[in-house]
Amino acid sequence: MGRKKQAGQLRGLSDRTSDIILVVICLFVMLLVAYPLYYVLVASVSNPYDVYAGKTFLLPSEFTLSGYKALFADNSIARGYINSIKYTVIGTVFSVLMVYLAAYPLSIKDLPGRKFLSIFFIITMYFGGGLIPTYLIVKETGLINNMWALFLPGGVGVGNMIIVRNFFEHSIPKEMVEAAEIDGASKWTTFVKIVVPLSRAIMAVMVVFSMVAYWNDWFTAMIYLPGQEQAPLPLVLRNILIKSSASASQASTISGGYAELNKMTEMIKFSSIIVAAAPMLVIYPFVQKYFEKGFMAGAVKG
Amino acid sequence: MSKSRAAAAVVKRGSGKSVSKRLRSYWQLYLMLLIPVVLTIVYKYIPMYGIQIAFRDYKASRGMWGSKWVGWKWFERFFSAPNCVRMIKNTVLLSLYSLLWSFPIPIILALLINQLRFNKFKRTVQTVLYAPHFISTMVVCGMLRIFLSPSGGLINLIAGTSIDFLSESSAFRTIYIASGIWQDAGWGIIVYMATLANIDASHYEAARIDGASMFQRIRFIDLPELVPQIVLMLIMSVGSLMNVGFEKVFLLQTDLNKATSDVISVYVYQQGIENAKYSYSTAVGLFNTMVNIVLLIAVNKITSKISDDVSFV
Repeated sequence: MGRKKQAGQLRGLSDRTSDIILVVICLFVMLLVAYPLYYVLVASVSNPYDVYAGKTFLLPSEFTLSGYKALFADNSIARGYINSIKYTVIGTVFSVLMVYLAAYPLSIKDLPGRKFLSIFFIITMYFGGGLIPTYLIVKETGLINNMWALFLPGGVGVGNMIIVRNFFEHSIPKEMVEAAEIDGASKWTTFVKIVVPLSRAIMAVMVVFSMVAYWNDWFTAMIYLPGQEQAPLPLVLRNILIKSSASASQASTISGGYAELNKMTEMIKFSSIIVAAAPMLVIYPFVQKYFEKGFMAGAVKG
Repeated sequence: MSKSRAAAAVVKRGSGKSVSKRLRSYWQLYLMLLIPVVLTIVYKYIPMYGIQIAFRDYKASRGMWGSKWVGWKWFERFFSAPNCVRMIKNTVLLSLYSLLWSFPIPIILALLINQLRFNKFKRTVQTVLYAPHFISTMVVCGMLRIFLSPSGGLINLIAGTSIDFLSESSAFRTIYIASGIWQDAGWGIIVYMATLANIDASHYEAARIDGASMFQRIRFIDLPELVPQIVLMLIMSVGSLMNVGFEKVFLLQTDLNKATSDVISVYVYQQGIENAKYSYSTAVGLFNTMVNIVLLIAVNKITSKISDDVSFV
């Protein structure tokens, strides 16, 4: 034993040393990932002049919530928030329903036409009509300025459907389904009474994926919902985060300094980032183990 | 238990039933598929059929199927557009550099994190690394604009400079790629971690008794196990090489960085949605898709020679 251990030390670093190096690397990577978010959080509650002067690298200076107050003083933000919540809830329910409705039949091995139907869906993962033909069809089906333009065209998430189908195939005990059918339950009853309750873990994953996608989406809304009243939060933030920054930098080059108004805009930028990112950042750690398992179910069997 | 086994036997016999009998007992399953199939036909397949407007002169009054055929007119116009070469070059280079930088990082991170022996710490690292994936591109680009601002931006504060990074076309690719890694490298480790979690712990014990160092355990146990997954991910990435992320380029593009940020997908959007040149935009988009398909087939051929046990789809 002793000699072998020595040989190991000769060949490379000892386990303890490499463990320490590993932990240091991981801490450094975590810092790189988390610090930008932390900095924004600190800056959002600090005096903007101190942020500008670089005094808020670690802790807030002159704690204030005026950025958040100013943010919500603007009606469009509150409206965007409500719109985003509405779209996220309806979109998530609809998407998960579509994924389930498609995934279950395709998980039944002897369903006639199963292979054809699978290919029918999978093709759309790799080929599509592209931006304009899709836009024109959405327009022809009367969905411009209609909330359902966000849900119907992309409603059938094929990647998610494959994950759920794999879960149905591998993780639902066949005996239970078969026993129910012997007892005279129809396919639909089996699905609702047995398969759905047994698939809560994968459903949690699908709910999170859909929620994140709808909460963060703005491109679909930008194309299909041109009306200001219907804009979801990220699209409203575009005016603050993307458009105003151009005008702010222009202003700084002209006057050579920031006016009070510009300072307020900067504060609003920080607080709007926190407000938009917070809901998903608070939710995901609770379902982390589910989506990690979800990937395991969908992982390639090497 | 024995009842369910008997049930299984009955069902097995049942699966030998004639197709028409099976169709009758499965009608509910087809009904379930109805809405997803209809949506897919209407919003995926009909638009695919609608790509033909790339060869027509689309007029709203005549519709997608009735406008005049014009052959390759729009493609010729694109290839003679002044920025055509620049756009193709920018698209390819931005994608290629992104792939080169972003592809290996999740693999390295997964291999390292997998070696962590304190489970609580391991979970914490993973949780933190996933975080940026859950943030909207809009918000990430907002953060980038703040951090890169010439006055009071984080990067300039740290470096003690006042460079307007978003006006420098030489900085654009670095900004795009670095922020992409920040946002998605952590998320990218999940698929690899899932594969590594399946490795039998006895391999590690045996290796440890034989005195293998951490590096040797990664090199000889973990890495070979990951190869099929790596190949699959590579095929998928190359297949979407030309699908350079529209959102981020669109949100970070300024008049001054266009020399490197002018890409096909943004052009397709501007020509199609903003200028309503439907046929022209579709033609440019179709060209983009064709390049993608060629790349996908090529890579699939190459990698299937390298590793036989990885099949596509």
